[in-house]
Amino acid sequence: MKIGVVRFPGSCDEVDALQAAQRVGEAELLWYADHDLRGADAVIVPGGFSYGDYLRVGAIARFAPVMEEVERFARSGGPVLGICNGFQVLCEAGLLPGALLPNTSLRFLCRQVGVTVASTATAWTGECTPGEPLSIPVKHTTGRYWAPDPVLDELEAGGQVTFRYAPGDNPNGSARDIAGVSNHAGNVVGLMPHPEHAVDPLTGSVDGLLLFRSVVGAAAALAA
Amino acid sequence: MTVATRHRELGLSDSEYERIVDHMEREPNEVELAVFSLMWSEHCAYKHSRKLLRSLPTEGPRVVMGPGENAGAVSVGGGLACAFKVESHNHPSAVEPFQGAATGVGGILRDVFAVGARPIAILDSLRFGEVERSARSRYLLERAVAGIGHYGNSIGVATVGGEIYFEDAYEQNCLVNAMCLGLIEEDRLIRSAAAGVGNVVLLFGARTGRDGIGGASVLASAELDELDAGKRPTVQIGDPFEEKKLLECSLELLDRDLLVALQDLGAAGLTSSSAEMASKGEVGIDIDVRKVPLREADMEAFEIMISESQERMLCVVEPHRVAEVVAACEKWLVNATAIGEVTDTRRLRVFDDGALAGDMPVTALVDECPLYDLEPVAPAVSMYPPPVAVLSGPADASTTLIALLRSANLASRRWAFEQYDCLVGSRTVRRPEQADAAVLVIGDPPARSALAVSIDGNGRRVACDPYRGAVEAVLECSANLACVGAEPLGLTNCLNFGNPEKPHIAWQLTRAVAGLADACRALSIPVVGGNVSLYNEAGAGPIFPTPVVGLVGELPKAARSGRLGFAQEGDVVAVISAGSWAPAATGSELAKLRGEAPFGELPQADLGELRTLHAAVRQGVRAGALRSAHDVAEGGLAVALAECCLAGALGARVDLAALRPAGEALLFGEGPGAFVVSGDAQSLRAFGGAAVVIGEVGGSELVIDSALSIPVVELSAAHAGGLASLLD
Repeated sequence: MKIGVVRFPGSCDEVDALQAAQRVGEAELLWYADHDLRGADAVIVPGGFSYGDYLRVGAIARFAPVMEEVERFARSGGPVLGICNGFQVLCEAGLLPGALLPNTSLRFLCRQVGVTVASTATAWTGECTPGEPLSIPVKHTTGRYWAPDPVLDELEAGGQVTFRYAPGDNPNGSARDIAGVSNHAGNVVGLMPHPEHAVDPLTGSVDGLLLFRSVVGAAAALAA
Repeated sequence: MTVATRHRELGLSDSEYERIVDHMEREPNEVELAVFSLMWSEHCAYKHSRKLLRSLPTEGPRVVMGPGENAGAVSVGGGLACAFKVESHNHPSAVEPFQGAATGVGGILRDVFAVGARPIAILDSLRFGEVERSARSRYLLERAVAGIGHYGNSIGVATVGGEIYFEDAYEQNCLVNAMCLGLIEEDRLIRSAAAGVGNVVLLFGARTGRDGIGGASVLASAELDELDAGKRPTVQIGDPFEEKKLLECSLELLDRDLLVALQDLGAAGLTSSSAEMASKGEVGIDIDVRKVPLREADMEAFEIMISESQERMLCVVEPHRVAEVVAACEKWLVNATAIGEVTDTRRLRVFDDGALAGDMPVTALVDECPLYDLEPVAPAVSMYPPPVAVLSGPADASTTLIALLRSANLASRRWAFEQYDCLVGSRTVRRPEQADAAVLVIGDPPARSALAVSIDGNGRRVACDPYRGAVEAVLECSANLACVGAEPLGLTNCLNFGNPEKPHIAWQLTRAVAGLADACRALSIPVVGGNVSLYNEAGAGPIFPTPVVGLVGELPKAARSGRLGFAQEGDVVAVISAGSWAPAATGSELAKLRGEAPFGELPQADLGELRTLHAAVRQGVRAGALRSAHDVAEGGLAVALAECCLAGALGARVDLAALRPAGEALLFGEGPGAFVVSGDAQSLRAFGGAAVVIGEVGGSELVIDSALSIPVVELSAAHAGGLASLLD
């Protein structure tokens, strides 16, 4: 089991994600300019400010060479997780529905928030229980999840809402308290909270580990 | 204008100019004069502070790099060193707060990675005018905080702590000091001395533009008369994405041993970086400014030399490795250009497309600037007008406590620190408002030790009594470290003062540096670097004298890091204090709320006794005997108790009858030497007479017998809303 973590110029949380992934298996950084996933069984597109977030968050990174491979991998059912900036990149790439808009406060916000698991039918939440409350930090300026109402209805009906902010904990004005979504197949998940910053009791909670543990099972099932 | 008077425009005195002519053995041309004016500016030459700074202790068993390099460094065990430094960006921030603060962060980050260390944490020390009354100060605060966040968040270095104070004295001159810590293997530290005649001098990073021209001489070395929009072009513009690439690229170049020397371009740009590198290496450097990649094609030679465009580094490379260096830079999308070479001439020679445009002896540039003695005179009365009174007439203890918690200086900083990423890097063991110092885990499991860091400098107390106020700044940081269980390793400071050519300012500066030196000696803390920012004054007068101290320490077990909040119901609450603890109203937050001018002696600290006291608290935290520890500082004991309740979301009931002095001085007086701690009764007995049990954790109120009883939710409302309500 190997997890690849993409590194763009301007990525910030790629080493954090790498170290979190190494708690459950092998993990390796994937260079943005390479057309190569180096045999990864799952891919994380990490947080940070790829290409400075210039133009529009995630808009430049989605054209990086490595993203062609990530898209191919995702469309063939490979598990892909986008965290924060990675979520934005996956939305820009069309791998996930919706878009991330500036927080209603228009400010960067770093805060530990309550998140509940809304769907366990994804590659990244299989180890969770439905409705399970998690404590995971958010840190972003552009994290307000948005999609047209009919799309939101469809996502909810189809079980594609993967995470919601706990009641009263929505930090950015996201529609319907949505903190993370999946694609229809459930192999691609994006979320604004940072599970890689919730894997060690020394530095916070350990609730984020569930996502990493989940993908180990999902990847094993795929391989079988 | 003739060259004969142009030097005055550039901030050089007539006698300084004559001295330059002596060293040059002729009149300098325009390029040379520009270079000299920067190298001999207060900002680069420390001409009014260098003599004083020599009194600071700089040596200690853990020092691996002392003052004079881009950053100082101390050994933190396991073969690792922590490089750190604090620096000011005050004047640019007063002119354009967002970019001023952002590039302040960018500059201090470069100082740290210029010695090869990977930055792991940023702290900020900020001062503004009274935000309750001043719309301009609210604007400066909002934009400076946004600028710090913009840069630190985007580059992926955690902002883990800091402090903010508001005083009228900073209305026209805000202070923005930024501190950075980095980690590096001890034997990989790189110095900035150029070496190897014939080696290539290579500039990499951003292109050079007209931004920041004359920043060091024009902005940083003279008084800001008023908000001067005309000076705005001298503020640099920050690009954190460019710096992120530059950081990763620089660390890769060092990791691959491709560089002989490395230096960041900060104040005075190419001028000071090349002169400093040549001076330290006792060599010469030739630079051809036409090889420098420019943003604007028509820049003059002198402009290229003095531009303060951000996100640039200068390095020395052996000729046969230049291609590898350029390739590594390309990988990171970073420009790299050979612009000169190391020579044996000990001269800085500037060429413009091959033609000699300037030729100066390096020693004259770096070492020969005249150093001035200060002429200190103590003021007979307060130099500062009294603040506007918030509490008029006698108030009961409850009213006073709520007023203090709500005051801008003591209210929660959540509004600010939530705008900073305090988590990136996965080292943050104690986040803001969880403990008195930030704690960062280092080392691999299972050992996992930690660094602790605190930054502090209460200008109002230094204004009262510069010597004892500066002593208190060191003590406060040391106390903060003790509360998380950390032992001090090294200190950095930023001396923010008014115009040192004025006798009262000279007195403040002289006394404050003496206080820093004595406190550091008494606590055996070496000073490994720092920065001086003078001329922080305008028409309304000088700022409070503000020596900002940044202290780095270590603790052996990250998991044992202390917390400030009460931890569990039933725990015993005690005050651990020195025999010399004598809290008093002078210079306190209460005195400020009552409209009293900052003037008069502060309580004297017994430094030897406090050193022992801090060690005892540190040991108690490390041993797990103290479940919470918080030092008594601004607002006094009552505020400290309230803060312990707020951080733990628990009440407490205490009786202070066994403590001295009594009454208001005990509740709200300030002075070094006391801690509020909690734990089980048996553990606290180990502290003997130093720990006086005053009560117990529990309930939903803070009750101080015969003084006050306030629900924690009310304390919380005052504390949480005090600052945020002014800004949202």
